[in-house]
Amino acid sequence: MTATDYNFAYLDEQTKRMIRRTILKALAIPGYQAPFASREMPMPYGWGTGGVQVTAAVLTPEDRLKVIDQGADDTTNAVSIRRFFARTAGVATTEATTEATVIQTRHRIPETPLTEGQILVYQVPIPEPLRFLEPRETETRKMHSLEEYGLMHVKLYEDIARHGAIATAYAYPVKVEGRYVMDPSPIPKFDNPKLCSPAIQLFGAGREQRIYALPPHCSVVSLDFEDHPFEPSKADAACGLCGATDSYLDEVITDDEGGRMFLCSDTDYCAGRQAAGHRGAAQEDAA
Amino acid sequence: MNAPAPVVASDAPLLRVRGLEKRYGARIGCAAVSFDLWPGEVMGIVGESGSGKSTLLGCLAGHMAPDAGEVLFDVGGVLRDTARMAEAERRRLARTDWAFVHQHAHEGLRMGVSAGGNVGERLMAVGARHYGDIRAQALDWLGRVEIAADRIDDRPTAFSGGMRQRLQIARNLVTGPRLVFMDEPTGGLDVSVQARLLDLLRGLVREMGLSAIIVTHDLAVVRLLADRLMVMKDGLVVEQGLTDQVLDDPQHAYTQLLVASVLQV
Amino acid sequence: MIEIDGLSKTFTLHNQGGAVIEVMRGAALRVAPGECVALTGASGAGKSTLMRMIYGNYRAAAGRIEIDGLDVARASPREILALRRRTLGYVSQFLRVVPRVPTVDVVAEPCRAVGLDAEAARERARALLARLNIPERLWALSPTTFSGGEQQRVNIARGFAHEYPALLLDEPTASLDAANRAVVLALIEQAKARGAAVVGIFHDAAARVQVCDREIDVSAFSPGAAA
Repeated sequence: MTATDYNFAYLDEQTKRMIRRTILKALAIPGYQAPFASREMPMPYGWGTGGVQVTAAVLTPEDRLKVIDQGADDTTNAVSIRRFFARTAGVATTEATTEATVIQTRHRIPETPLTEGQILVYQVPIPEPLRFLEPRETETRKMHSLEEYGLMHVKLYEDIARHGAIATAYAYPVKVEGRYVMDPSPIPKFDNPKLCSPAIQLFGAGREQRIYALPPHCSVVSLDFEDHPFEPSKADAACGLCGATDSYLDEVITDDEGGRMFLCSDTDYCAGRQAAGHRGAAQEDAA
Repeated sequence: MNAPAPVVASDAPLLRVRGLEKRYGARIGCAAVSFDLWPGEVMGIVGESGSGKSTLLGCLAGHMAPDAGEVLFDVGGVLRDTARMAEAERRRLARTDWAFVHQHAHEGLRMGVSAGGNVGERLMAVGARHYGDIRAQALDWLGRVEIAADRIDDRPTAFSGGMRQRLQIARNLVTGPRLVFMDEPTGGLDVSVQARLLDLLRGLVREMGLSAIIVTHDLAVVRLLADRLMVMKDGLVVEQGLTDQVLDDPQHAYTQLLVASVLQV
Repeated sequence: MIEIDGLSKTFTLHNQGGAVIEVMRGAALRVAPGECVALTGASGAGKSTLMRMIYGNYRAAAGRIEIDGLDVARASPREILALRRRTLGYVSQFLRVVPRVPTVDVVAEPCRAVGLDAEAARERARALLARLNIPERLWALSPTTFSGGEQQRVNIARGFAHEYPALLLDEPTASLDAANRAVVLALIEQAKARGAAVVGIFHDAAARVQVCDREIDVSAFSPGAAA
């Protein structure tokens, strides 16, 4: 299976070393966007080139890789990245969160709590949390270095003024170790509390050439107002397949008559619950 | 006993400028500028385009670094050279003790953010974290600059020029600064709108005990707003003094020409 | 209160070949508290020039203008501003105000400047406006649209709002009807009674006679007079 014409995990060793140095720097300064010389990858920008480079740099032959896209192991993006590393690194792959040592993700954190020794790699489209309000990169860098984060709250203020509540539902900004404000990539804000984790979390933005990181157990606080505290919301329903009420749900349209159901976005979690005998409303109807 | 003697507030200038110079290569932006500004004083800087008045204002407000000289600002009773302090500290001053009103309101506003958000930004920048309080203060300030409360959630793109300028002023003054820099604050506005703005500025200056430095080429504006006047030409201060004295009894040839060139002010 | 010695004034017209025009030489004047001195002399003799120099509006070429111990000829702008705020009032012939400011606030301004609270200052302003027969319906309007006589009375009200220890009056009764003229003269008498030193220019001879203790002919200070 392994394509022997490639170096292990596709990237050459020099590049991996450069990326590892950047990762170490990012881990040393939690939440800081460390620049790196992003390489061209055999996939278009926006398909996870940043995450793939980080994964390539941290993979060892003994690792077991899991790749998810919106929580699912079986979507195109997840399948092709998993296959990419199976071919270029020959590493074992898995869909089980508990078995994986490295998990590359787009837009979700697995429901099953991560443990020490695991690495979660995020694909990040826009790493700069201040970009929405301040288009100048020179200025946002200065704002980070001087800890000028009033603007971040302006964004939340605008939400409340417009919608009566903080409407930001994903890429919800956080403050890391009381210092850097960070965009946690477009994960739903439901996942924000999981950013405090025993696992290592690495964020790679290929097009923007930035890597940032959360070392295990570091403090990650979602920004909010005293009178409008942060709420990790989700759809108020249970999974149609496994009946879970504690997991993040996707809404699925089932027919042309407005029929719909909610499903766990984390397919591994949902499958695990079903295997353990849990049943949702849709399963009961079918039975 | 070597600590600097505490200075009585009224005896200490708020801003002391000494030998300020800024060059663009061989060309002089401004040079040899020295003056003191006292709490509650409004100083006008006039001169034609290219006279160095905007360069001077930029150096005073920390937007550009002077090549020589000192810009001493009263920080907690001690005069500190803002041109040489760490950028973090200077920017902190810029969002607390200083305010800057741009000629073009869009340069001083966030056009994609509501009026309330624009006013609230400085509050949030200095740590306000209570939405209700921030909004209440924003409403209070919109009222003071005569913007109707029901416009609080509208973006400045929907505002007229005069409203934008008033919003910019509210956004700047909400944190109670001590020194306001204004670059042609009434430029480009209709005469009637200008009058309203002048009235507003004058009221705020007195009410809040603000000191202000106003760059303009409009002698009528300085006549009404400024206690003192500085006349610049080719980067140098050719004359300074009481506003009415400089305008009514100009001593320097250039000032005489300037005053004579304007319709009755 | 006001002591002037050896005061000279020249204008240098840089844009007219640097012509130097000497308009006053060796002016001297003393005004005690409670005294009113009229400046007289033909038109162009320098009455207004002298008055403007006392106010710090024109610069002196030489000499001393001491008001309440401060030499205006040498004082810094800041000192002159403080003097004008607390000590030295000036009623000019022209009303210069920020457009749109209500008349009552224009008149209250000098009291606000010396620290009186807004309502007390307005109360004082309303009393003066009423006394000077400015119709109450005009108080909330800007005086910029008023007639000449009304503007002049607003100017006077403003000049008398704060009880300055020294007052300069430039034609305070010009363009006033008999009733208002009487009010202004009464205001001047009152200022004198509370100890104000007053310097005035009055073309109105009867008014001059009524309120002034002395007359100074400024023609004596003109360089041509060769005293």
